[in-house]
Parts: sequence; C-alpha cells; structure tokens
Amino acid sequence: MLKAMLSEAWMAMGANRLRTALTMLGMVIGVGAVVIMMAIGQGAQYAVQQTISTMGSNLFIVLSGSFTAAGVRSGTAGGPTLTVADSEAVAELDGVVNVAPTHQGRRQLVFGSQNWSANVVGTTPPYLEARAWTIASGAAFGDSDVRSATRVALLGKTTAQNLFGDEDPVGKTMRIQQNPFIVIGVLGSKGQNLDGNDQDDTVIIPLSTAQRKVFGTPFLGSVRMIMIQAESAEAMPRVMESTTALLRQRHRLREGMPDDFYMRNLSAAAESEAETTRTMSILLGAIASISLLVGGIGIMNIMLVSVTERTREIGIRMAIGAREQDILMQFLLEAVMISLAGCLLGLLLGIGSALLVNAITSMVIVISGSSVLVAFGVAAAVGIFFGYYPAQKAARLDPIEALRYQ
Amino acid sequence: MTEPVIRVVGLGKSYETAAGLFPALRDVDLEIQPGDFIAVMGPSGSGKSTFMNLLGCLDTPTAGDYFLAGRNVAHMEKDALARLRNSTLGFVFQGFNLLPRMNLLDNVALPLVYGGTGKDERRVVARAVLAKVGLGRYGDSLPSRISGGQQQRVAIARALVNKPRVILADEPTGNLDSQTSQEIMALFRELNREGITIVLVTHEPDIAAHARRQVRFLDGQLVSDQATAAPPEPAAC
Repeated sequence: MLKAMLSEAWMAMGANRLRTALTMLGMVIGVGAVVIMMAIGQGAQYAVQQTISTMGSNLFIVLSGSFTAAGVRSGTAGGPTLTVADSEAVAELDGVVNVAPTHQGRRQLVFGSQNWSANVVGTTPPYLEARAWTIASGAAFGDSDVRSATRVALLGKTTAQNLFGDEDPVGKTMRIQQNPFIVIGVLGSKGQNLDGNDQDDTVIIPLSTAQRKVFGTPFLGSVRMIMIQAESAEAMPRVMESTTALLRQRHRLREGMPDDFYMRNLSAAAESEAETTRTMSILLGAIASISLLVGGIGIMNIMLVSVTERTREIGIRMAIGAREQDILMQFLLEAVMISLAGCLLGLLLGIGSALLVNAITSMVIVISGSSVLVAFGVAAAVGIFFGYYPAQKAARLDPIEALRYQ
Repeated sequence: MTEPVIRVVGLGKSYETAAGLFPALRDVDLEIQPGDFIAVMGPSGSGKSTFMNLLGCLDTPTAGDYFLAGRNVAHMEKDALARLRNSTLGFVFQGFNLLPRMNLLDNVALPLVYGGTGKDERRVVARAVLAKVGLGRYGDSLPSRISGGQQQRVAIARALVNKPRVILADEPTGNLDSQTSQEIMALFRELNREGITIVLVTHEPDIAAHARRQVRFLDGQLVSDQATAAPPEPAAC
C-alpha cells in the first residue's frame, strides 16, 4: 500500500516537472542556505576552540607590580615584587594544577651561519603542561635542570625550521647571546593564537638559566610573571581569589593598601571569543531558516493548486474506495517527497558551496553529521507542516461534488 | 426467493436550501434481487441521480433505510462506506473517469490498492480483468491513447476488479456513438449473465431496453416499475 502510494506520489511529481522543480527550488535554496551557514558558523567555532585548546585552558597569570624611580614609572612587571618562593607557595593552594614562574623576551639565536630572533621563555617544567605543549622529538628538561641552571633548550617548530632547516636540531648546540645551549627537544606544533601570533616561534629554557645567562635579573629569586592553571573553569574565580589573598599576605600588604601585582585571566578573552562565534553561528542559522520557511510556503501553495486541479481525480478515488486517510496520506506523501528531494539537492548544494568556499578562501568549514540530520528533519517537518492543510482539504472533499467537478 | 442484494425502505433525501428544506427524493421502496439488471429512468431533476448517489454509498439518506447485501448502511461512518464501495460496489461513469497519468493496468488495479491487495496479485488480477473486457494487450497504454469505447471498457474492468455484488452505471453510453453503445451494453449483458447485478441510469429507451426491468422516477418519487417487454435471457444464478 505504502509502496503503491510512493510510486503514485512520484508520478504526480513527474506529471508537472517544471512546477515540481520550481517548488523544490525553494527547499533547495532553503536547505542549502542552512547547511552553508551552519558550516561557516561551526567552522568559526571550531577554529576558535582549536586555538583555545592550544593556548591551554583555565589559565591566569600574575605579573609583578610596577615601580617608580625618579619619576619614571616602569609599567607592568617592572618591579621585583614576585618571587620564585611566591610561585611555590601558590602551588600549594587548593584547586591549582600547575604553577610556572616565567621570564620571557625576544633574543637573537645563532646556529652555524644562521641566525634568528625568537621569543625566549625561561620557565619550569609545569609550564609545558599548563600551555599544553607536546614534545615532537627529544625530551623535555626537568626540575634538576632548573635547579642547576643547565644550558638546554626546547625549540618551537618555526624556530627549529628557521635555524636548522631540514637538519634535526636535537643534540646540536646553538647560541643565545653568546651562551651555548644544547637543543634537547623540539615542541609539537600549535599554530597561531587569537592575536595571530605564531606560537611555534619560541624557545623554552630553564628559568634559572634564563635569568642568569640570558635576561639577567636585578634581584636574584625575583620573577616577572607566574602562570597558574586552575583545575577547572568553575574553580577559576576561587583560585584567583585565594591566590590574591596568599600573595597579599606574603607581601605583607595591610588592608587598604593596593596590590603590588597584577592578575590577568587568559581564558576569559578566549571564552568571550567562543561565545561571540557561537552567537554568530546561531544568527546565521536563524537567518537561513527563514528561506526554509519561504520554501515551505511555496510547497503549501503548489499543493493547494494541485488539490484543486485534481478534485475530479480525488472524487474518482473516493468512489472506488479510498478512505479520507488514504487521500490525506497521498497528498501528504507528495508534499514530503518534494521537500525531501529538495532537501537532498539542497544538501548537495550546501556541501558543494561549503567546499568551494573552503577551496577559495582559507575559511574553516565544518559540515557535521548533526547539521545534515537537522536539515533532513526540518525538511520532513516542513513538508508535513505545510502539506497537511492542503492534504486535509483534499481528504474532506465531498465525493459527489468532487465527481461533478469539471 | 433469495435475499435481495439491494433493499430500500422509505428512502428519502432532503437538502437544506435558502428557500427551506427541499426533498430531492421521497419515500422510495425498492428491492433488487441478485443477478437483476435494472434501468433507472427519468428526466433531469427527477431524483434519479440522488437515488444513485445513495445506492452508491456516496451519500447518506435523511429518511428510511438502505440494506446493501443484508446490511443497513443508512447510518454508517464515512470510512465504513468507503470500504463498502470498495468491496461490494463497482462504478461506471458517463465520462469514463480514468486517471489520465496512469496506464490502463494501474487504472484497473487502483481499487485493489485501496482494498489492500499485494502488488504482484494486483497485477495478475488486473491483467485478467483487462483481458476479459478485450483489452489485454493495452495494459501499458495511457487512457489518452485509446478510443472512448475502449476507455469505457477499461472503466468497466476497474469496476469489476474487486468482484463486486453490484455495478452502478451512470449513463455509461452517454458519451459514445450508437454502435459503440451497443457493444458496451452487450458487455453489460454478458456480465449480468455471469451473475453480477447491474443498476443502470439512462434516459435513452433503447439503452434501457437491454435491462430486464425498468424503474422510472418523477419529482423525487418512484412512479413506475415494470419488466422489459422482450427481456434478455435470464441470468445464470
């Protein structure tokens, strides 16, 4: 019975091909628009999430305070207010996963006849975990390297390529400001961060070595920045609060005195970026859905015309034994088939143009299975919703009137 | 005497109009025995169309009872009436009323679709019935490719395909020339000989002459009921 009805619906669609095709076009454009918009929106979300995950999650930093000497103000992290001991104390706090005191700056690197300026980060082993760095080859340095200030370095992919070309840098000796460093490992690639800076253009060395040999420090044991990773996004506010309290206590700041350090939430910016793209993606989908609605109205319009045209046919079918629900099903099926066929073509159109956009621009496009499923579901729902009224109108016809219709 | 296949008692149908209740049919009593061939005659507006619509279960009466194959259908639900039309009645119309987009075989098989017969069986049965009306070779043609007389044969095949008790034919020769009309009537007589009850609406006396019995309507009432002067040979059952 259903099979017979399907083939009849197919025949009805074929009876007036141009009209069916035009009706379908509304659905094609609607579904195509939804698919491409969702692909772009999800692509943007994916790109942002990707960047966030390379930055490391639930991070905040504490910068040492500024100082003023002879009327000259130093700016953030100019003063020696934070110490390595501070960072060790923070590590004991509840909810803290990783703590890494860091000191960084841009320095010239030399290997053989090549030289290259890269961001040099002096830090401790937890830094690698906090920033989600992986080791592509070689090995990371350990706490003992920090204690004894060994001259070892981990190279980012960009730095390694510029300095060593195709050579394997592991085991080679390069120089940072005249000091020889042995490259003990190469870091996995992370790509650019939200500001567009290349995160792979970096060198990581032990903090103690950096302070003594590379940057120099006016006060031994002081540090310009401490990076702290909380165990979860929910724990962030609590950890930041307890860190502030601990540092104020350690720095002997009385009530009412300003903090002698600055605190920055690194994840907040990323979160808001993610939120923005999420909103954009919903907005794009909503706008595209309007064309789907218009396509649905087109189906309803054509089905109403079709019911009127085929009044006599409906009368004949009723006379030979079609029940109301048979007629209802027949027209509903036709509407759903038009919308599903339109949906299928729309999917092809949407996916095709998404791939085209991807090929022409460097925009990230994500076509997820769920967006395809949603498009199909919505198309079927549109077919049923907009096909129901015309189908019901057909089913409610009086057979005598319908048979008399010319 | 066997139980009548159609029995109407005090049948009436009134329509609401702006001028008040209009009685299209009043107080009709009629019995039709299995295997009968009856011609319903009368001028336009005599109520014969209303009567046929009631017999065809396309409409329900406002008065009286209608027993079709022993069951009172006067107060049945729409779906039950549809089922009854499908299983017990066959319709032949003046305008043939084949579905233009379907080939002849599918047209003939359509009542079987609504009767719930499987696809393979549908094709076998429809092919056999189409062959019976002499159009076995045309199964794949569209209705527009064959003549009016052939289309009416297909319509008769469609009416026959569910093995109905009664065939209701509404001016089946109205759109045909006299030669073809005679052929169609010969087919009806043959079917009648095989035991199918036929109720035929016509206003042409020479067409009505093919029936065994003629009833006449006037102003919504049954005014005469008589056997045809030279009746054809009796039915087999």
